[in-house]
Amino acid sequence: MSHNEQAVESHGHVHRDDVGAKMGMWLFLFTELLLFGGMFLIYAVYRFQYPEQFHFAGMELNTTIGTINTIILLTSSLTVALSITALQKGNKFLSIIMLTITIGFALFFMVNKYFEWSAKVSHGIYPGSEEMLNKQNGEILFFGLYYVMTGLHGLHVLIGIVLLTFILVMIIKDKIISTDLVKLENSGLYWHLVDLIWIFLFPLFYLIQ
Amino acid sequence: MDNQEHKNEHEHHITPYSTYVYVWLGLIALTSITVTIAGISLGDYTLAVALLIAAVKSYLVINIFMHIKYEELIFKVFLILSGLTLLVIFALTFFDFTYR
Repeated sequence: MSHNEQAVESHGHVHRDDVGAKMGMWLFLFTELLLFGGMFLIYAVYRFQYPEQFHFAGMELNTTIGTINTIILLTSSLTVALSITALQKGNKFLSIIMLTITIGFALFFMVNKYFEWSAKVSHGIYPGSEEMLNKQNGEILFFGLYYVMTGLHGLHVLIGIVLLTFILVMIIKDKIISTDLVKLENSGLYWHLVDLIWIFLFPLFYLIQ
Repeated sequence: MDNQEHKNEHEHHITPYSTYVYVWLGLIALTSITVTIAGISLGDYTLAVALLIAAVKSYLVINIFMHIKYEELIFKVFLILSGLTLLVIFALTFFDFTYR
């Protein structure tokens, strides 16, 4: 097969299957889709059951911080995509810069999340608090889902920071190069998924007016 | 021709910087639209419009940022299948919820 020969020729004795690697990544992303999909399903059912209470509880969330975090994630998606193009074009320096900016945005996102959550907690709104238990069922469900869904999303952001840092080091050490960058591409896919989930979390939680 | 296509596939389609920047501008514009619309009361349509905008944004992210547009057919089949699975789960749950 010419495919194999080509791989052998250009990469010594190492055989790679980039399409297979990407397919594996996509399969993983589908399991993530179902994980979050189940939560969105719970959200949808309870929102239909308690529309007014969801509306009322949603007013408590900070739309400004939500919007800022949306822009941060969208821009970090751009920079990770640019990092891939840069490395494909052989511009290692630009790739490193773009990936560093991506990690910076991810940290910025988590700092905002920290301030957002601490403000909620200081108002007594956290799972199991006395203030929460005195609220109506729909509101309790809204805040419960808010903490679980944005919390699980935040965990994904943290994992993304660790993952992208490893990738950054590998690029610096020339372990990931312009002809062998499927690890960078797959990490990019993961990062875009984190962005994708936020695209739905944002209007469902922060934009209930 | 077939060989050429295969070769290109192996070498990866390189998305130009400008494409990514245009998509990003589009995503930012859609975000401002959805935030602005949320302030206007559209009654029952508020949620539908917000979800429609989110769907357009995901379409852009999946196709361009996640490169699905340039991948082999099997990736698109997988994506559509998993999307449909989620849709079926939603439909069945709401059927149960509505007629319980």
